[in-house]
Amino acid sequence: MSQSLPPSTAALPLADLPARDVAVRHLHHPGRWISGGVVLLLLAVIGRAFAVGQIQWPVVGEFLTAGVIVTGFGWTLLISAVALALGVALGFAFGIMRLSANPILRFAAWLYVWVFRGTPVLLQLLIWFNIALVFPRLYIPGLVDARMVDVVTPFVAAVLGLGVNEGSYLTEVVRGGIASVDRGQTEAAHTLGMTPGQTMRRIILPQTLRLILPVLGNSAIGMLKFSSLAATIAMGEMLNAAQRIYFINGAVIELLFVCATWYLAGTTVLSIGQYYLERHFGRDATAAAGQRSWFKGWTRRAVARGQA
Amino acid sequence: MSLAVKAVGIRKSFGEHEVLKGLDLEVAYGEVLCILGPSGSGKSTFLRCINHLETPNGGYVWVDGAIMGYRYANGALQELPVKHLRAQQSQLGMVFQHFNLFAHRTVLGNVIEGPMVVRGLKRAEAESRAMELLEQVGMAGKASAYPSQLSGGQKQRVAIARALAMEPRVMLFDEPTSALDPELVGEVLEVMRTLARGGTTMIVVTHEIGFAREVADRVVVMIDGEIREMGVPGDVLSNPADPRVRSFLSRVLA
Ligand SMILES: Nc1ncnc2c1ncn2[C@@H]1O[C@H](COP(=O)(O)OP(=O)(O)OP(=O)(O)O)[C@@H](O)[C@H]1O
Ligand SMILES: [Mg+2]
Repeated sequence: MSQSLPPSTAALPLADLPARDVAVRHLHHPGRWISGGVVLLLLAVIGRAFAVGQIQWPVVGEFLTAGVIVTGFGWTLLISAVALALGVALGFAFGIMRLSANPILRFAAWLYVWVFRGTPVLLQLLIWFNIALVFPRLYIPGLVDARMVDVVTPFVAAVLGLGVNEGSYLTEVVRGGIASVDRGQTEAAHTLGMTPGQTMRRIILPQTLRLILPVLGNSAIGMLKFSSLAATIAMGEMLNAAQRIYFINGAVIELLFVCATWYLAGTTVLSIGQYYLERHFGRDATAAAGQRSWFKGWTRRAVARGQA
Repeated sequence: MSLAVKAVGIRKSFGEHEVLKGLDLEVAYGEVLCILGPSGSGKSTFLRCINHLETPNGGYVWVDGAIMGYRYANGALQELPVKHLRAQQSQLGMVFQHFNLFAHRTVLGNVIEGPMVVRGLKRAEAESRAMELLEQVGMAGKASAYPSQLSGGQKQRVAIARALAMEPRVMLFDEPTSALDPELVGEVLEVMRTLARGGTTMIVVTHEIGFAREVADRVVVMIDGEIREMGVPGDVLSNPADPRVRSFLSRVLA
């Protein structure tokens, strides 16, 4: 046995054992210092390159708060928010259908995911934008009768394209979330006499929501970035606004940097929000106390609103 | 004594596997019936057929004047809408081996859920009634705790209170102490003993022979999807007629 031990360990006789308060010296990590230095150097080189490169930084600063850009960013936020809301609604609707007892509903939900997750979102945007070529008129008896081009504006096309696509991803997420709420709770609800709808609303969905909130944070960040694709269908969001400006003044890189700054600002805010959400809805089941205060606040507000 | 539950010719198969082979059972009001039997003999399935968590492939269950899940008309059983069935199911309180508490609700929230959602009680009324029940099972002090903060024995006592909150006619227990650490079994059995003394009608699937001997009015032994022995605990547990029941009992009593 003893020859398998490192000699320095094996050579210490019991009689020579140090006192209990013996000093401890830690290993040095020269590798960390070297790699850190290399990375700092690289960052400095990249930073200098951009500082002395062909970029007019004053122009970036000037357009950062230009009215057109800020308005464009407003549209970016609006498209993202509405599309995400649509995506979440579709995700829940089809996610529930995916687990339905009715095979036709299950198939419809599967078909939705298959089509919209299986094709590029840019392509879907273009199809929504050009949908009037297929259906010149939108006619629902007694409700709507209008030219499709008037209904599906670039904004509507962007929201539909991004939202419907997002919904196909969230369908799978919701399905997984529902499936992970253990079946015993459903049975317990049934033995209490709760209908399938009551069980879904009051027992399963609240727990599903808690599980998928972190994913929704990612969706929000992704959506903010993907909304730039709407620039291709003449939607005047931020990237489109920037393009229209640099077609005129030629400050291409400067305006793209302006956009990058705003996107980074937006995704940073969302990441911070996501961090706090995840802290509240930690994976650890024993973090119930934290979840509780959040839920309490939430329900209290809802109750207060209901009574007002 | 009037009948509370009458199961008639219950059959259940999972695929090719016939788990229940035509079971008949009668339980009177105020009676405590314990179901014993080896693992896999179909005890849980039988209990779940009684409250229609599983739909039997044959036979039917009569509970207090109505057939579970069906309306008897024109010589046939007409299936009832799910809402109807749920109302019937709420007359049978169920306690599961793994508690199945609602993880996102407090102890109190678990107990008031059924009365509020199904029976439409006002929150204040549901809560005061729930606190009485929690008192009864010794869990009133934990009313605002979440299930994840409770021990197994505490969870099971809350689950019992939750089932009682619907004021069921019959309580069904499916191995309520099998998932518990040995030192926690006693507190749950004590609650059940108190219920039994108070006149609650109970059907209890259990491996606790001692509990069956002490509390049960009648004992049923199931083997391979059939009821092999039925009678008062003294007779069934001491000198069973059926050789397979005898070998099962000698194994669990050893
Ligand atoms: N949902 C199901 N699908 C397929 N087979 C099942 C299902 N439920 C139970 N079975 C089978 O039915 C048989 C009886 O199961 P059941 O759970 O009723 O036994 P049990 O007597 O309760 O056993 P235990 O003491 O282990 O709980 C077993 O062979 C089991 O594998
Ligand atoms: Mg069982």
